[in-house]
Amino acid sequence: MGGLIKSSIARKVAMALSGLFLVFFLLQHFTINFTSIFSEDTFNELSHFMGTNPLVQFVLQPVLIFGVVFHFVMGFILEIKNRNARAVKYAKYNGGANASWMSRNMIYSGLVVLAFLGLHFYDFWVPEMVHKYVDFAPEDPTRYYTELLHRFESPVRTGVYILSFVFLALHLWHGFASSFQSVGFNNKYSVGATKFAKAFSIVIPLGFIIVAIALHFTH
Amino acid sequence: MNLTLKIWRQKDATSKGAIVDYQVKGIEGDMSFLEMLDVLNEQLITKGEEPVVFDHDCREGICGACSLQINGEPHGPDRLVTTCQLHMRKFNDGDTIYIEPFRAKAFPVVKDLMIDRSAFDRIQHAGGYISVNTSGNTIDANAIPVNKDDADESFEAATCIGCGACVAACKNASAMLFTSAKVSQFALLPQGQVEATDRVLAMVNQMDEEGFGNCTNTGACEIECPKGISLENIARMNREYLSASLKG
Repeated sequence: MGGLIKSSIARKVAMALSGLFLVFFLLQHFTINFTSIFSEDTFNELSHFMGTNPLVQFVLQPVLIFGVVFHFVMGFILEIKNRNARAVKYAKYNGGANASWMSRNMIYSGLVVLAFLGLHFYDFWVPEMVHKYVDFAPEDPTRYYTELLHRFESPVRTGVYILSFVFLALHLWHGFASSFQSVGFNNKYSVGATKFAKAFSIVIPLGFIIVAIALHFTH
Repeated sequence: MNLTLKIWRQKDATSKGAIVDYQVKGIEGDMSFLEMLDVLNEQLITKGEEPVVFDHDCREGICGACSLQINGEPHGPDRLVTTCQLHMRKFNDGDTIYIEPFRAKAFPVVKDLMIDRSAFDRIQHAGGYISVNTSGNTIDANAIPVNKDDADESFEAATCIGCGACVAACKNASAMLFTSAKVSQFALLPQGQVEATDRVLAMVNQMDEEGFGNCTNTGACEIECPKGISLENIARMNREYLSASLKG
């Protein structure tokens, strides 16, 4: 078991499992966001539940933050190790001949998503934490939708969100399907699973984009 | 056809190398890539210059000795062939061709285009074998029934010639396709079960110690492999490794 922690395969599996966990989170996040474009009350109700439920706040939220931090820290560690594995670079390297752009540039799409997460925390998570645990403001179960609309007032901010979701799609396009291979799943069901993962990587970010545009124009 | 060659020249393992330009004339489409280099070397020797050093042996695509990163791809632009089986008809008159050694920290350059691939040997030594009693009581391998699908997959994995194209193609210089092929060819057969747990742990451990990079599933190795070794082998190795680690 000792060797497992530092082995290349264990790291690969850890990246895959943390990525799969984040994929599930994305689905849950999108589902709640999606309600905002057709029912203000449903969105407020779900947001109030997520914002006040102790299990979500004190168990799932820390687990999620750990998952995000673990995924990108491990991603950086692997990137550095991988770059060191080829000290002298090729004068001519035709990477596009045998692998997709998405698969070769996960670090860059990941960095854009990470930068977006910083902005997203600044926009939503930090004000929410200040509201609840610094100001100890009284809970208003109807405040969430108004706050959400306020964040999407700016066309620049909305544009940045849209661009970030495009990079999220690029990251998921390789990452989600590739996680099956990493955990050892490669059999007759792989073709179907890969198609599902590719569809997910387009549909969910596109859904987030539609929500962002809808909220911007609703305002 | 006349070609411009941009070839990596490096005096020895410790010297700093560089790309050097050469003009080569009178190359015919039916020549193999290595024969084209032979023509260049004849020209260099005639001029009193040092010929370009490169690995080669059988020139029939089965030994795994030849390597070369050609225009940014291991074994060049053709598929399912080694450099010795790559024909010059794949190129056009006036082309510029980059020729570099397979690059990886674990594959140090010996001279020019020749590299040291003994890291692969050490991975194989770590566990790529089965224990068979050969003291006169050897059991006929055909006496043990093997599922046809497993036998086919094992045979396909065993066609790996250990050329290192997978490492050269991988943006991370990962050796997982090679190692997984060597693990799979035994893991699929009953004869390989005795050492199955120790084998995968030892071979993966050796692979990591050699300084190869981590697999990120780009699939470049499978595309560039001259023997078409499948990524399924890597998934199998991942399963075998996790299972072996949990068994301890």
